[in-house]
Amino acid sequence: MRKIIAAAAAMALAMGLAATPATADKLKIGFIYVGPIGDHGWSYQHNHGRLAIEEALGDQVETTYVENVSEGPDAERAIERLAREGHGLIFTTSFGFMNPTLKVAEKFPDVKFEHATGYKRADNVSTYSARFYEGRYVIGQIAAKMSKTGVAGYIVSFPIPEVVRGINSFMLGAQSVNPDFKIKIIWVNTWIDPAKEADAAKALIDQGVDIIVQHTDSTAPLQVAQDRGVTGFGQASDMIAFAPKAQLTAIVDDWSAYYVARAKAVLDGSWKSEDVWGGFDAKMVVMAPYTNLPDDVVAMAKETQAKITSGEFHPFTGPIMKQDGSEAAADGEVLSDEALLSMNWYVKGVDDKLPE
Amino acid sequence: MTGVEAVLLTIVTASTPLLLAALGELVVERSGVLNLGVEGMMIVGAVAGFAIAYATGSAVLGVLAAAIGGAALSLVFAVPVLLLATNQYATGLALTLFGLGLSGMIGEGFVGTPGIRLDPIAIPALSELPFVGRLVFGQDVLVYFAFFMVAAVAWFLFRSRWGLVLRAVGDNHTSAHALGYSVVRVRFLAVMFGGAMAGLGGGYLSLVYTPQWVEGMTAGRGWIALALVVFASWLPLRALIGAYLFGSIMILQFHAQAAEIDVPAQFMSMLPYLATIVVLVIISRDATRIRLNTPACLGRPFVPDR
Repeated sequence: MRKIIAAAAAMALAMGLAATPATADKLKIGFIYVGPIGDHGWSYQHNHGRLAIEEALGDQVETTYVENVSEGPDAERAIERLAREGHGLIFTTSFGFMNPTLKVAEKFPDVKFEHATGYKRADNVSTYSARFYEGRYVIGQIAAKMSKTGVAGYIVSFPIPEVVRGINSFMLGAQSVNPDFKIKIIWVNTWIDPAKEADAAKALIDQGVDIIVQHTDSTAPLQVAQDRGVTGFGQASDMIAFAPKAQLTAIVDDWSAYYVARAKAVLDGSWKSEDVWGGFDAKMVVMAPYTNLPDDVVAMAKETQAKITSGEFHPFTGPIMKQDGSEAAADGEVLSDEALLSMNWYVKGVDDKLPE
Repeated sequence: MTGVEAVLLTIVTASTPLLLAALGELVVERSGVLNLGVEGMMIVGAVAGFAIAYATGSAVLGVLAAAIGGAALSLVFAVPVLLLATNQYATGLALTLFGLGLSGMIGEGFVGTPGIRLDPIAIPALSELPFVGRLVFGQDVLVYFAFFMVAAVAWFLFRSRWGLVLRAVGDNHTSAHALGYSVVRVRFLAVMFGGAMAGLGGGYLSLVYTPQWVEGMTAGRGWIALALVVFASWLPLRALIGAYLFGSIMILQFHAQAAEIDVPAQFMSMLPYLATIVVLVIISRDATRIRLNTPACLGRPFVPDR
């Protein structure tokens, strides 16, 4: 069903785009989104990046976007349409757009492509992603400081490395404050379904957790936290408006700086194919203001954030033990990016069983 | 608040939107029309309810707007299907696609804005009672309305003259027409009722369940409501049981996970649909039972001869 909707939407939008007249002197920048920009999460934040380009570069650029593009043959059509219309730079903002992006890139060697979260590159295809786990380490520390029960509830979408890495980073952060810290994990099998996420949050609170962490995109879990008088963390965007008393901070995806830099690079001719995995240092991951927290906890969070930003500290520094008791990283050893990108195991202290 | 009470409260919240939408569709199908656009009408109800509550500051007006929004969208289905005799399946699917797109467009400005909540009505003294207090006497008005509508729809269909006419239209539109009843008018009203109820179900999501607007926030609940009508074999009381059964499954799977009971989450998410298939198999093995409740003209277009 979803596929049909997305296909119809993609076709309609692609047709609409074809009608826009091409302007020769401006750099045309195109965006392909996997979801609606109204998701207040992933695609919403990418669209914020697009608007940042328009704001920063004004008359020099012209941007267009296609939303709700499904990850499959439709993606290739939508990307090719943008390339054919004379876009000089195209951002494809979901993992599943990887192969379509490369296929189109081969046909249009003069067009620059930027693919989010992928690992295949070409002379005119860069990849970029963000180290959200850095933020998760910080909120892990905060959770362990703030929780009275010593148990956090963690609402998650799908068992992919990105999510597992987040859980592990959160746990390592929490354990650095309280070695006996526990989490209860609920898999909701969706990125966005407010009602389901709310139900999961209620179930967790009913079972005695007093901090809610989410790796799903809606603000519903925080709203529930606020209603029930517990606290939590925002995801992808600052959600303070929905839970002014409950949000402690939020891990915000911020693509603005990167997008503006890449657009500038195309304009001045310095663009080249790269693989960027930025975190706090690249300002791709930003912490929303620390709220509803005592001063000492804020100070601790800021200190950790500063250490990660400067490179002095890496969240995945050994000793790290896996759930089964085997060693993942020796004392002082830092896990490699390859190990992080393919992470499919829990650290010790997580009681959940990873769905296969 | 005890643990069990908290779980039961959550189940009521999860079941109510399903029950509202399913009751509406049940009446539509009893009149012989299959409207696959429930999801679309729900989501338009959700955005209409959110928008009006936000604009006026009144959740009650939001609830009314949700019903009106759903009913208005159902006209987009009713006019081609009933006046031009288009294919009901295709038109219904188109309605869902249209509703999802339209709601996204209307709601664009509301993304990231907290909504207005419809507060529960607390009956003094009674809602303070231990255990049953909040559960029975402290719900929001839509929960009571849903229960009331179960009784009202059952009474209407099986005890009232107009219910008899509606079922006659659904079972044999040619005969009903020959007897002088306006098949098209009856079906028009039924479809609009279905739209209003689906809209209320959607409004329940954006005004009570999670007071916010997110594109596609109904997340397939319209399809569960459609399955529920078949599950209930077109009987209102069974729709009530089915809605609470589906709602319970949805909630209990989370509790099972949080309590670290080893049940695959995917399996639990699948259960409502599996249950529907099982019921379909059971009722289709018994020919008399199908004939008893299935509207005989379900999905068949009607063109009145002069």
